[in-house]
Amino acid sequence: MHERQSFFTTKQGVFTILIVILAILPLLMSDFQTNLLGRFLAFAILAVGLDLLWGYTGVLSLGHGIFFGFGAYITAIYITIESSGGGLPDFMMWSGMTELPWLWQLLSNPVAALSLAILVPMFVATLLGFFTFRNRIKGVYFTILTQALVLTMVTLIISQQQYTGGSDGLTNLQTIFGFSLSSPQTQLVLYFLTLIVLTVVFFSSLRLVNSRFGKVMVAIRDGENRLRFSGYNTAHFKTVVFTLSAGLAGLSGMLFVMQIGIVTPTMIDIIPSIEMALWVAIGGRGTLLGPVFGALLANTGSTYFSESFPEVWTYLMGLAFIIVIIYLPKGLMTIGDKLTKKRRGSHANQSAGKPTKL
Amino acid sequence: MPTSQQANLLNCEDITVQFGDFKALNHFSFELEHRELHFLIGPNGAGKTTFLDVLCGLTKVTKGNITFEKDKSIKDMPEYEIARNGIGRKFQAPSIFPRLSVKDNLELSMKQKKGIWDILRATLKNEDKERIDSQLETIGLTEEAMQEAGSLSHGQKQWLEIGMVMMQEPQVLLLDEPIAGMTEEEEEKTGDLLTKLREDCSIVVVEHDMDFVREYSERVTVMHEGALLSEGTMQEIQANDMVKEVYLGQGRVS
Repeated sequence: MHERQSFFTTKQGVFTILIVILAILPLLMSDFQTNLLGRFLAFAILAVGLDLLWGYTGVLSLGHGIFFGFGAYITAIYITIESSGGGLPDFMMWSGMTELPWLWQLLSNPVAALSLAILVPMFVATLLGFFTFRNRIKGVYFTILTQALVLTMVTLIISQQQYTGGSDGLTNLQTIFGFSLSSPQTQLVLYFLTLIVLTVVFFSSLRLVNSRFGKVMVAIRDGENRLRFSGYNTAHFKTVVFTLSAGLAGLSGMLFVMQIGIVTPTMIDIIPSIEMALWVAIGGRGTLLGPVFGALLANTGSTYFSESFPEVWTYLMGLAFIIVIIYLPKGLMTIGDKLTKKRRGSHANQSAGKPTKL
Repeated sequence: MPTSQQANLLNCEDITVQFGDFKALNHFSFELEHRELHFLIGPNGAGKTTFLDVLCGLTKVTKGNITFEKDKSIKDMPEYEIARNGIGRKFQAPSIFPRLSVKDNLELSMKQKKGIWDILRATLKNEDKERIDSQLETIGLTEEAMQEAGSLSHGQKQWLEIGMVMMQEPQVLLLDEPIAGMTEEEEEKTGDLLTKLREDCSIVVVEHDMDFVREYSERVTVMHEGALLSEGTMQEIQANDMVKEVYLGQGRVS
């Protein structure tokens, strides 16, 4: 294994090539396409965070839409205030509000808003993680809880129309720090900002999983009891990883909403939350690189199919998912292994993503 | 430390573990001395494994007291606290981290501060490497150090787990049927390993294989229906009528 491991076949190498390609692509694409790809890059940040939690630590969250949503909504609230130029946003006036609620006033400070877009999801995850993991709630029971969290939060957002815009969401997002969100220049800057954030997040995560902490994560996934009897308080470790993962989801939501210019409850509901786990599964759990590709390819695919075959695109996406799951149950990252295995005439293949219990 | 040598390392007084109406342990008392290799035998359902579970915190006692090192009461400690205090458990089925290398398995188990911040800042120091290397040698897995632990043979996995528990530098090592499923050669290696390990800690072994017990035991405790039946050397125990009766029904000791 060691003899011919050149840089370009390592995760760092492949990711670097990907980043270079993504940095060049805007030159070749329309403004619209660049903007679209920028949103997918934001999704990739979330996918990396979800992989830390699910792929490495074995804790499946189907509630990341909500952490993403906190980031997106808090950022959107700030942008809405800035776009309204000191006045009340339209939807508040229609709901009969006369002044900005205190929470909104707090979020009119950009530093507070952008920090809280990351800190609020982290706080919610810490709280949920602390009580569930400490009480040994795990596996499918934890996953169901995360789904319940999504339902609760989405219902809350829809019912509090005067504060959140209800099911219409926040739609009047025009300027951020004085720059027009609809201008291609602003969007190009946001594209590169997202690309840089993704790069930092990826390399930091890679460093984390290769450290002793990363080994503890894998040990929790494969033998939590053994680890507990080795002197680790595994509940604390799981809470920290869950919190970190939620923070990355918030960051992702923040960058996403700046690029799409709207946020609605449907973007953060149950279905998107499950799709997020699908990106990780399709790319390859426990690989970090796979989920990045998973997020980019799954979203590019659904965009392409929905434009080209508007009537049947959901079926085509479903078909693509099924094909990947059947032929590459451990995700796209195992393509390389499969090919070398074929060439060498089959050899015990044990690499990549142990099937984690759902 | 002459005084602490005299006191028992572990004292279990009159412990009872009840599941519904069933008493898995019934007023069971047990003492463990320093540097002792102590075997626990008894028919199936006698409560041997439950007793180990109690000692490592997996099962909580319904009644009774367990004191460790004179004054530490462990009956209400969470598992990880008990482990940090020096009681290490090796499970019956090999329980290792299959996707980590053999070396990494030992690295995680090693005695160290195991809080979040400690682990985040941890690096592999030279002295750590030496400790891991010498443990690898003791359990005979030096060549397999970089291999994924999941690819080891059954016997090697058992030794690895024993090595992992030893890395915690425990004062008490709890072993549940360590030679089950091993070849004769592996059994012998395991016996030698135990003899070596007891230079550093006390060992409690649950075992069904009477030849193995006869060969390596000093003191043996016989359990029956959750209670103490007899205690002594293997000769004394084999001469005991009550033990014979319990085992004859099962056709075990011969």
